[in-house]
Amino acid sequence: MLKRTLQAALIVGVALAVPMGAMAQQQGGSIVITYKDDVATLDPAIGYDWQNWSMIKSLFDGLMDYEPGTTELRPGLAESYEISDDGLTYTFHLRDGVTFHNGRGLVAGDVVYSLNRVTNPVTQSPGAGFFDSIEGFEAITAGDADALSGVSAPDDKTVVIKLNRPDATFLHKMALNFASVVPEEAVAESGADFGREPVGTGAFKLEEWRSGLRVVFTRNEDYWREGLPYLDQIVFEIGMEPIVALLRLQNGEVDIPGDQIPPAKFLEVMGNPETASRVVEGGQLHTGYITMNVEMAPFDNVDVRRAVNMAINKDRITQIINGRGVPANQPLPPSMPGYSQTYEGYAYDPAAAIDLLAEAGFPDGFETELYVMNTDPQPRIAQAIQNDLAKIGIKADIKSLAQANVIAAGGEKDQAPMIWSGGMAWIADFPDPSNFYAPILGCAGAVPGGWNWSWYCNEELDALATKADSITDPAAQEERMKLWEEIYVKVMDDAPWVPVFNENRYTMKSERMDGADNLYVDPVHIPINYDYVYVKPE
Amino acid sequence: MAYIAKRLLFSALILVGVSFITFALLYLLPADPVRQIAGRSATAQTVENIRHQLGLDQPFFVQYARYFWSLVQGDLGRSYVQRAEVSSLIAARLPASLLLMAAGIVVELVFGLTLGIVAALRRGTATDQALMITSFTAVSAPQFVVGLLLLYVFAVELGWFPIGGYGTFAHLVLPAVTLGVLGMGWYSRMMRSSMIEVLRQDYIRTARAKGLPRLTIFVRHAMPNAILPIIAMIGIDIGLFMSGIVVVESVFGWPGIGQLAWQAIQRVDIPIIMGVTLVSACAIVLGNLLADLVTPLIDPRIKLRD
Repeated sequence: MLKRTLQAALIVGVALAVPMGAMAQQQGGSIVITYKDDVATLDPAIGYDWQNWSMIKSLFDGLMDYEPGTTELRPGLAESYEISDDGLTYTFHLRDGVTFHNGRGLVAGDVVYSLNRVTNPVTQSPGAGFFDSIEGFEAITAGDADALSGVSAPDDKTVVIKLNRPDATFLHKMALNFASVVPEEAVAESGADFGREPVGTGAFKLEEWRSGLRVVFTRNEDYWREGLPYLDQIVFEIGMEPIVALLRLQNGEVDIPGDQIPPAKFLEVMGNPETASRVVEGGQLHTGYITMNVEMAPFDNVDVRRAVNMAINKDRITQIINGRGVPANQPLPPSMPGYSQTYEGYAYDPAAAIDLLAEAGFPDGFETELYVMNTDPQPRIAQAIQNDLAKIGIKADIKSLAQANVIAAGGEKDQAPMIWSGGMAWIADFPDPSNFYAPILGCAGAVPGGWNWSWYCNEELDALATKADSITDPAAQEERMKLWEEIYVKVMDDAPWVPVFNENRYTMKSERMDGADNLYVDPVHIPINYDYVYVKPE
Repeated sequence: MAYIAKRLLFSALILVGVSFITFALLYLLPADPVRQIAGRSATAQTVENIRHQLGLDQPFFVQYARYFWSLVQGDLGRSYVQRAEVSSLIAARLPASLLLMAAGIVVELVFGLTLGIVAALRRGTATDQALMITSFTAVSAPQFVVGLLLLYVFAVELGWFPIGGYGTFAHLVLPAVTLGVLGMGWYSRMMRSSMIEVLRQDYIRTARAKGLPRLTIFVRHAMPNAILPIIAMIGIDIGLFMSGIVVVESVFGWPGIGQLAWQAIQRVDIPIIMGVTLVSACAIVLGNLLADLVTPLIDPRIKLRD
């Protein structure tokens, strides 16, 4: 038995927190955050957009969690855990003194119930697929069982989860919102409306929800993390156009525009030292890329794909988004473990691209189509790509469609020769290189309705990926990341994508908002980590 | 009475037609709602499960028949994205839209009729021309632009009104003006021509010849006749308002069904799009019906015929 308690990590965490607490951190205050769209749902099994993702994190907890502002795992509702030597059995020990918002104490049975609920097809959870490594997943998905055979609670404080294969990303999956613990009685009472009447163990509880108007969170006085959250209340004002939100921020009526700074106003905000000083910049686990459908001629020819890789002027495209990102040369974003520092990618070289295209049998280029989502700045980016392609003789027609329609086209084998991924893909669900492979570059994603829009399927690489994700020994993680690095470099050799840029995030805050900068560009809590930010004393 | 019954039946048929066409259009949309619900990590099995649960694996006519049957029972279905009853989402937002529309009607009538009357009485003068240019601008200006302009000038720069939102009378003013401006333009032009038309009539000349005071002629004789065609227009106007609120509510963050529709369109949330379309269609049909029924009550010259 390989035993790893996290007491040591906890002590370090506490030690770090104390000097911070001695500074200006204080409890109290209410902040206003604006959003354009209604909150879709606050059910952790269902919610899967950038708006409710972080809100749900503040209402619910899972067994695992991340250090605030980082991608470092830490235990959540589990105080400690053990992984068996074969990597197939996880034993979690729950904390004492955790209660749901309805006052009932947390027991291990709640964890079992929650995992059964999220994987049960009746729940229609968009996150069910993340749990496919748990024993019994197939049976519950097929409707042959009501419960996951691999999940059990030997006593009120212990949860044992058995896997059907070693899964190096399993702890990350236990930190996903979809693995949040919900009380069965509250779900039973609310039925399909649980998403509007959420009950969790999180730092905040839902106080009020008026459709189209506002959602109000108040502090959970009994929260199990001592001293948290700092804020008494968060008011989410709904239906506010980003541009209006910015005006209200400048007027002192809004603390955080949840939909970020509108692109049209970005340069103005950054050009003024007073406003620019209140913008926090951070990386995010995002890559914007062009897919080339390897099942459709002429992109079935690897030299054509390589030529396109050399033809795209990524610096220029990065300028179109006002420099809100960095040019990319590989699928993984730089802040993701497994990113290759040594790989140089395809240099911008239109002349060499023309030669390569001629060698491939297209001295006069060819005609094709480029699909793109129809909201700014995506069509402008597509035009830049179109221009770059024209320079090497490729005439690309731009198909500018609604997001859902582009996604649908990408999921069909013979529909979209090229797609610009902007506004749709890909931002990692959890900070692990594995999440950038299987759904969008692996054979599993190259199915009708899948997200592998280049329909690239390399069985050799799939085998390597499986091998990498079977390395569950924490001591061998470096080896695992080396393997992933190798996989992505090999992907680039086959060139099914043109990686274009990695987008950064910019969060604007009001004068009175305080707390470490990384809380405002938290890689997991988007836009901000609601539990840890605070306001300056009046 | 037979006329009313016939009109009601006809209206019901229109609504059935609208429900069918909307349903068919959304059915033909290349976006697959099941994929949206299932999310990007879904297995093929999950996708099929959800498709089956929602009955979306059934043939088109079966799906429509099911939808229609629920509709008859007052069930508009559940939103794919918000996972809530469409009828309760609409019900929660309907009062805000009705309030905005009522305020919009007041704005367009008060300003539109006043401008039209003044222009008619000052016909051919510079005042007339200035007013008509104003109304022409009002008719042609996109509501999105008007809304942002008003917001910028009166809320941000002058600070007279709140910058969007909902709750008090002050919140209502700018969206109502934005919504009413278009109608104001129409009504002022219509009122002007209608008034000019009436002032040319023989009975007005007779009244003048009798030596009646100008004001009496205007209030007792000209106004009632000139305003008639306008009243009939209000019912038809509902359609204009229904498209207007989508834009205006989005600009001002007004929590009505227009905003709901706009968000649903962006998220391809088909049950909500269907629901709002049907509610709007009902409102438009009702508006037209009322216009037809009210006109003969005001003007005895118009008789309902079977």
